[in-house]
Amino acid sequence: MSERPPTTGTDLPPGPPPTAAAKLAFGERIAAASDSRRRFFAKWQQVPKPARWVIGILGLAFCYALPSLNLPVIPTTGTDFSSMLAGSVVIYVIVALGLNVVVGMAGLLDLGYVGFYAVGAYTVAVLSSQHGNLPWLICLPIAMLVSMLSGVLLGAPTLRLRGDYLAIVTLGFGEIIRLLAQRFDWLGATPGISNIPPPPNIGPIHFGVLDSKSFYWLGLTMVVIVYFFLSRLERSRVGRAWTAIREDEDAAELMGVPTFKFKLWAFAIGAGVGGMAGSLYATKTAFILPQNFELKLSILFLAAVVLGGPGNMPGVVIGAVVVAYLPERFRFLDTSRYFWFGVALVVMMIFRPQGLLPRRQHGRQVEPPSDDPPPFEDVREGDPDLEGGAHGTATA
Amino acid sequence: MLLEVNDLHVFYGRIEAIKGISFTVGEGEIVTLIGANGAGKSTTLKTVSGLRPVAKGTITFDGQDITKMPAHKRTELGICQAPEGRGIFPGMSVLENLDMGCWTRKDRKSAAYKSDLERVFELFPRLAERKSQAGGSMSGGEQQMLTIGRALMSRPRVLLLDEPSMGLAPMLITQIFDIITEINRQGTTVLLVEQNAAQALRRAHRAYVLETGLVVKTDEASKLLTDPAVQAAYLGGA
Repeated sequence: MSERPPTTGTDLPPGPPPTAAAKLAFGERIAAASDSRRRFFAKWQQVPKPARWVIGILGLAFCYALPSLNLPVIPTTGTDFSSMLAGSVVIYVIVALGLNVVVGMAGLLDLGYVGFYAVGAYTVAVLSSQHGNLPWLICLPIAMLVSMLSGVLLGAPTLRLRGDYLAIVTLGFGEIIRLLAQRFDWLGATPGISNIPPPPNIGPIHFGVLDSKSFYWLGLTMVVIVYFFLSRLERSRVGRAWTAIREDEDAAELMGVPTFKFKLWAFAIGAGVGGMAGSLYATKTAFILPQNFELKLSILFLAAVVLGGPGNMPGVVIGAVVVAYLPERFRFLDTSRYFWFGVALVVMMIFRPQGLLPRRQHGRQVEPPSDDPPPFEDVREGDPDLEGGAHGTATA
Repeated sequence: MLLEVNDLHVFYGRIEAIKGISFTVGEGEIVTLIGANGAGKSTTLKTVSGLRPVAKGTITFDGQDITKMPAHKRTELGICQAPEGRGIFPGMSVLENLDMGCWTRKDRKSAAYKSDLERVFELFPRLAERKSQAGGSMSGGEQQMLTIGRALMSRPRVLLLDEPSMGLAPMLITQIFDIITEINRQGTTVLLVEQNAAQALRRAHRAYVLETGLVVKTDEASKLLTDPAVQAAYLGGA
């Protein structure tokens, strides 16, 4: 009778245990999303490379020309279109790309991202107006460094926390930064800091109060640089580590990935990009005050990432554009516009929970399935895990 | 001894899960820890692989004290755990999962890497069929194979297996254990944690019986298999 399994009987449950089942459902969701995304990606890959470049460059040219085109319907009524593009849309896009590193790639929930944005903006304000007169081009890298440093300072003690705990701590961080700015006269206190100088003129492109187009072009250029840098990073070993951490942190550690180090990197890089967006904001508006950095902004930033599709950079860009643009476009609805915006978000999350463009699998070509005979075929009958729908039938 | 655990104490909060256990694993052996739910088997394994901190006691690997070493460094030394249940990367393909197993190796894309990949596919032909399928869309048994295959890709000196038979049908259980025996025969030391004591004892060289965080019995596996007390408690009476 020693053939019989132990009396506990747990090695032969009727189905997978509840936690494993939940994990499996999660895995399937990810797998399904990446499969549909992969089909789209495969189609795009079939387009010849020069054609892809041409499409990309044309798209970019269209974006640069957007404020001068006087298109119907698209421009906002009630606000200056190019000012909206420069002051809101491109800034949201940069922020969303940065937050996507933390939330989408590494899978760390950050509810206080506005803190890094504020650190960037305040560094520029302090160095170029309040306590110095450094030009913006010098303030920008300093602001990014200071933001990265604040990311490391926040991350080092807190990144050992997971999930909900990390979310709460980051939420607190965002508020602390705002309250510090409000509290200290050295940081402008409640009235804020004004007279932040614009970037230097580049040839015929002037950066005055009324030159919103120049700011838009500057912001768009920053978007292109950030996008290029981050997409390279995503495809690198660092990106692979982030994917592994996001999908199963313990397993990543067991495979030899120094998870803490890579989480800290995600935080620092995300913070640096957030600080960059803050620097652009400061020089664009020339005037910042603590009220500009409220919790609401953190939530909108997160909404941009979640709406677009966390972990998928084109998706995140679209999400940011939607979150920044729609409330401005529907400004004529007046006070009810944020209500409708909320409704739209809820509906969106019901019908496309993975975001507008779901994440794709790790951006590397995989070998086509081989034609080897299936030597494990005999076990299929007996394996309860192989019954029930999706598992057995899904093929690459 | 390749792996020596001495007077290990591990806490979950204020609850002492492991109350001072000692065991050894010699080069080339299969050693199994058996015991009921909550005996502390998985906790012990996680502590050896570095996922749980040690409160008291020491862990020595190949003469080196690794008690305080972080998990990812232990992987570099050659300790690799295949996590319990479905500890795969669900959004990555099978090949990408296996590739993650080589994280610590510098010789990716080399001939050694390719031959290791082939070895894994030989052991688990099902994985070869599903190379480009997302890990999360596979069955429980296939995911279990993937965790073991992935761990093998790191070329571990000692392979830690946490409940490889959990949730699997009897036929697949036998198959998984055949593969474990084969892996060991090819030269990898195995530390195996199992609730399926019958199978584990038949495959292992030596075994430790754990009860509520303590080792209550240890002997050669074949002797424990015929031990009346072990039979009554873990082998469904005989």
